[in-house]
Amino acid sequence: MLNDKGRSTRSETTDEADMTASTFTGAKALDVEEALIFEIGRAEVTGVDLPAPKGAKSRLGAHARKAPLDLPGLAEPEAVRHYVRLSRKNYSIDAGLYPLGSCTMKHNPRLNEKMARLPGFSDVHPLQPVGTVEGALDVVAEVGRWLVELTGMAAVAMSPKAGAHGELAGMMAIKAALQARGLDKPVVLVPESAHGTNPASAALIGFEVRPIPARADGTVRVEDVRAAIDDRVGALMLTNPNTCGIFEPEVAEIAAAIHEAGGYFYADGANFNAIVGKVRPGDFGVDAMHINLHKTFSTPHGGGGPGAGPVVLSERLAAFAPLPFVRMEKGRPVLVEDASQTRAGETPYGRLTAFHGQMGMFTRALAYMLSHGSDGLRQASEDAVLSANYVRACLEDLMTLPFPDHPSMHEVLFDDRFLEGTGVTTLDFAKAMIDEGYHPMTMYFPLVVHGAMLIEPTESESKASLDLFVATLRDLTLAAKAGDTDRFTRAPRFAPRRRLDETRAARAPKLKWEKPVAAE
Amino acid sequence: MRYLPLTASDRAEMLARIGVAEIDALYADVPADELLVELPDLPRARGEMEVERIMSRMAAKNLTASAAPFFCGAGAYKHHVPATVDHLIQRSEFLTSYTPYQPEITQGTLQVLFEFQTQVANLLGMEVANASMYDGSTGTGEAVLMAHRITKRRKAVLSGGLHPHYAEVVATLSKMASDAVVRMAPDVGGGEDLLEQIDKETSCVVVQSPDVFGRIVDLAPIAEKAHAVGALLVAVVTEVVALGAIEPPGPQGADIVVAEGQSLGNPLGFGGPYVGLFATRSKYVRQMPGRLCGETVDAEGKRGFVLTLSTREQHIRREKATSNICTNAGLCATAFSMHLTLLGEAGLSRMAALNHEAAIEVAEALAQVPGVEVLNDTFFNEFTVKLPGDATALVEKLARDEGILAGVPVSRLLPGAGLDDLLLVAVTECSTADDRAALVAAISEAL
Repeated sequence: MLNDKGRSTRSETTDEADMTASTFTGAKALDVEEALIFEIGRAEVTGVDLPAPKGAKSRLGAHARKAPLDLPGLAEPEAVRHYVRLSRKNYSIDAGLYPLGSCTMKHNPRLNEKMARLPGFSDVHPLQPVGTVEGALDVVAEVGRWLVELTGMAAVAMSPKAGAHGELAGMMAIKAALQARGLDKPVVLVPESAHGTNPASAALIGFEVRPIPARADGTVRVEDVRAAIDDRVGALMLTNPNTCGIFEPEVAEIAAAIHEAGGYFYADGANFNAIVGKVRPGDFGVDAMHINLHKTFSTPHGGGGPGAGPVVLSERLAAFAPLPFVRMEKGRPVLVEDASQTRAGETPYGRLTAFHGQMGMFTRALAYMLSHGSDGLRQASEDAVLSANYVRACLEDLMTLPFPDHPSMHEVLFDDRFLEGTGVTTLDFAKAMIDEGYHPMTMYFPLVVHGAMLIEPTESESKASLDLFVATLRDLTLAAKAGDTDRFTRAPRFAPRRRLDETRAARAPKLKWEKPVAAE
Repeated sequence: MRYLPLTASDRAEMLARIGVAEIDALYADVPADELLVELPDLPRARGEMEVERIMSRMAAKNLTASAAPFFCGAGAYKHHVPATVDHLIQRSEFLTSYTPYQPEITQGTLQVLFEFQTQVANLLGMEVANASMYDGSTGTGEAVLMAHRITKRRKAVLSGGLHPHYAEVVATLSKMASDAVVRMAPDVGGGEDLLEQIDKETSCVVVQSPDVFGRIVDLAPIAEKAHAVGALLVAVVTEVVALGAIEPPGPQGADIVVAEGQSLGNPLGFGGPYVGLFATRSKYVRQMPGRLCGETVDAEGKRGFVLTLSTREQHIRREKATSNICTNAGLCATAFSMHLTLLGEAGLSRMAALNHEAAIEVAEALAQVPGVEVLNDTFFNEFTVKLPGDATALVEKLARDEGILAGVPVSRLLPGAGLDDLLLVAVTECSTADDRAALVAAISEAL
């Protein structure tokens, strides 16, 4: 059964210049239309052979299921084909440069995958006797040791599941510390350029968010922070390097200002990839910072997770680290899962998740760390910064830099002034990149810049790859300026789908498949 | 370094193009005294072979589930995952793709998410499901916050049958947000009076079924009482394979259902990454946390999928968002969906029946062991055993002497609760008749 909705029908709006020819199936050679499992599967089919149960006894009481579940099955060849066809409709870092600023789409080494799949890591239960999982605890402790060393901090909480969860973990530590000191300081300062997760995480646990304005040069100034501080301010959340791709020049003074006011400095570590082995956040006064292992430490993004967001803590916050944690005793890891197992000076504020965190991401990150070593990690950061600045140098004569006065870190931010009068928007420009074979950069973020385009090439690109990318952006920019507007406003023309109607999706949400009503 | 394509001459050329003499000129905004001179005190780069050797040694120190008769559960279950699943999720296009912000070139991920949402909604018996949460425990925390938003009340009542880690996650979040939590005592016998606790201040009551002790809970009367006072029922499932055999929470009146999806498609992995399933009624969709994938059409009228209703989310709403979640559990959700697609309803039902049958066999055999008592009236694939002595001591002895992983002592989850003689035993389709006989024999001998 073919996907009748996916099949191409010659519509009146089809532009023959774009669609050189249509096909009967809707396919375009390797790009094949694929129906939903609910359209091709059958309830009685299964792709898993299991022995027949005897089924004589039941201990389900009155709770046995009566109604069907409406879950179609596919035989193995059908399932493989379904997912392989779908996979081919995705862009991936394996297939091309993925310059999403702030997302650090670097190469995902396959050794990481192999190590994570060692049965000693993948096939152990989180609640086995501790004596049977010492190697797993070693991994947790070792990844933690690297993170603490690389950041210059005192401790690390390993259990947060992703960056935003790490933010929550860190802000909870700050709240616990404030409470332990008997302070009522419910306000958090957050620059307008911050990731949306920052204010969302703070607000989730009752902090009031007070924005700090962005300066004309893309940085946060200590006098603005001082001006915003009063008795009620308990913390500051700052991304460094910041979301404009700039290392905050006054970060140490900003940290001192918040410390003087009795508050804590939370750093968003999303951009840590710029400074690994170069600068330690502990040295510029950070009290808590999450680290996205799925950014800096190469664990795969998986189409939106899983991530891992360990949060490193300063001496001032270390005691409040959440449960569980691993403590080293005489060179051996000891797992602390409950308040009853804590010692003096350990006052965990509670538990953030079941079990111990994203072990599968720890093993991948550890393989990455061991492979790079301290020298390779520093080189990777330097290459990431070098590549971003190279892209900038090759484009700054044509595209417009909102903040030309500071060197970029691992990502370079452009605005849309260079498109003024062309009829092409940042969105159009991004969609035209798709036709040229590239995933677009981060668009319209940070919010402090008009039509932002945030490009993060990472250290994984060769010079030839960067040169081709730069040449493509130059060609596109010149085309936009030359009035070749259609190329942009009608893009993408060659992707598996043309532009999708997001307004329609939101107006009458269709969030799951429903059986079609029988035709009249 | 094998992962870094730039050569020394590339770097020199690039620096020249930028117009600086050395890389540190690009770090000019870093105060000079903060720029590290020495490398961090950590080992230097290593080749693939050496890394494999080091990590394999660490892995070898662990006793793997497949190498032992294995009966641990308590929120993480060993099931057979078809080889196809792990192969497919390692396809570059799934593994190394980002969150699908550019829908024209991420229809693969988006269609998988749409299928996942439909499968989850159908499995849980609910109207709408999101594109996943981190795991079951954090999903439960989010469900409580969602209930607070809907009811504009701030008190959650947690059943004593809720997984203690889940209860602790809710308690931590609630403490930090200054919300109230009533946490019932561990409900070993199944006699707790939950209905008494539900009052007009209650935002939601959180009930797990099968509960942490394995008992299957009748959710309908709880839903009825909750709804009578304007509260919501949050139902939690930690073993989704059970839904191949038992009535799902939706038809019993649950308003929000959270489940741990690890059992399908995902390995034990020492506790993560897992995948949270999250479903609710259509009328609450705008209060739901997490990403949602929706159907739409492209400029040529072809069906396609996009992330939608993002005005709930942190990148638009910032401090007013329904949740702070950004990255979720995409690839684990993909694995879940693939496994469930391979199983289909027929396969899932059969898998569930095999689990149930194997668990009954062990429960009946253990009930015959002098001094051992099986506490459950009902169960699916996990039940609670009362031993004549300390469960932790027994589990550790069997692991050490017999290489058997006999289950999870309740005191591991609830230390100091006076439940040291209770053991949770989970039996799945992965256990063989020999494994099951070995467990029963070893327990009889040890007592």
